Amino acid sequence: MKRGLVVLLSATLALAACQREERDTRPQSALGSGEQPAPVTTLEPGGERPSVSDNKAAAFEANAFHLSEGKRLFNWFNCTGCHANGGGGMGPALMDQKWIYGSSIESIHATIRDGRPNGMPTFRDKVPDDQIWELAAFVRSLGGNAPSSAAPSRNDDMMVHPSENRLPDAATLGKSP
Amino acid sequence: MFAAFGTTCVLLLQGCSGWQSALDPKGPAASELAWLIWFFTGLCALIWLLVMIALAAPLAMRSRTRSDPLVLDPGAEHRKARAVWAALGATTVILVGLTLLSFFANRTLAAIGSDAELTIRVTGHQWWWEVRYENAQPSRILTTANEIHIPSGEPVRIIVTSTDVIHSFWVPSLAGKLDLIPGHENVLDLMADKPGVYRGQCAEFCGQQHANMSTLIIAEPRPVFDAWLNDQLRSAAAPVSAEASAGAELFLNRACVMCHKIGGTVAGGTVAPDLTHIASRQTLAAGTLTMSRGNLAAWIADPQGIKPGAHMPVVDLNGDELNAIVAYLEGLK
Repeated sequence: MKRGLVVLLSATLALAACQREERDTRPQSALGSGEQPAPVTTLEPGGERPSVSDNKAAAFEANAFHLSEGKRLFNWFNCTGCHANGGGGMGPALMDQKWIYGSSIESIHATIRDGRPNGMPTFRDKVPDDQIWELAAFVRSLGGNAPSSAAPSRNDDMMVHPSENRLPDAATLGKSP
Repeated sequence: MFAAFGTTCVLLLQGCSGWQSALDPKGPAASELAWLIWFFTGLCALIWLLVMIALAAPLAMRSRTRSDPLVLDPGAEHRKARAVWAALGATTVILVGLTLLSFFANRTLAAIGSDAELTIRVTGHQWWWEVRYENAQPSRILTTANEIHIPSGEPVRIIVTSTDVIHSFWVPSLAGKLDLIPGHENVLDLMADKPGVYRGQCAEFCGQQHANMSTLIIAEPRPVFDAWLNDQLRSAAAPVSAEASAGAELFLNRACVMCHKIGGTVAGGTVAPDLTHIASRQTLAAGTLTMSRGNLAAWIADPQGIKPGAHMPVVDLNGDELNAIVAYLEGLK
């Protein structure tokens, strides 16, 4: 009886590990970024406007799947073209602690969606809203603002030398056979 | 009982013919492998049968009188020792023979593409195939997706690699499988004896949509193939109707343009399948759907319902916009 209980209990505990992280790839609302307000600046006549908070922020900010998707999209959409791999180039660095428009994920989301003065273009309509949230979450993680248990690792190609399996073949000197 | 078993076997074997079967070879590499499969299977079945007979026969012919086990008959002992040595010798000969056979089969496979005129670079992505026809002239390099046209009756060199995880390129009717490894190039030579359509499938588990990562190899006579290649090298067809023009405009101003390429327009994304001649292909989303107006619309409206986990996102479009984009894509022959 007692042994049966122990077995049952351990089985239950083991089954708890089967809980998978939720991956919501199909946004419920078909409406994306179209009708949302666009706070470009915090400067307001009569004082600072209250910071906008979005209920998507919490869902995307510390979710490993969304962070890694954001990392993939950061390369796919050529954010590296201006921001390099976060170190900055034509555009500002993203991995330091200087945030021109604040470090909140809502603010970064607004930056990508609506653009900012001096060069940041708008991606409203070009990038689905959920992907903008993923990108914003990843950009925050570049500066170490995401839990390390969720943040994606550094790219292989940014290491000092390529990993062993990516080194050019000595026989062909990296040329196609 | 035996009849039922036999019928089942015959029915099952019927599945072994068609456009995707290693037992229905349509090229020299696949024929070599099919011959090897049948020879290995036949020989091993024969050996198994002999062993079973050797085990069953003494049980069936058991004599009633038992001799004293401690009394040794030198003649019988000799016979037994000879039998064991003969079995050992046969095992060695068979193993070495099979090894040699498989070695020579490998040599034949390696010799197929030694004078291949056409080199195709196949890059695996989650979950589709990027196909690039190499040419010394840069303007004649063609990039397409998911459908590989080859000239029949001549060897083709296929260089495979991957950008994300390990995939495997396998067209059972034409050749064995070969892994697509990120950062590494593998070479596969294949040849289709006759014109035809052969189906290929990713053969290395590569994620959620591994099962929906297939490709079509379309072998056609050289002149037809050359015509196809020249046709594919053209820029995309300009939209003809007002609806299609609106669709082209939407394509360039909405999320599509971020990933896809349409030759002759500013859409130049390389991370998703090239759509320059999408309507000329037989399938959509790496063999998930057949090409039709309805399926195009369904795929754009709900890619995550059709192929959950695929990198194509749900894009915010209303009905008219969806119809316009489909009208445009449908014209990209």
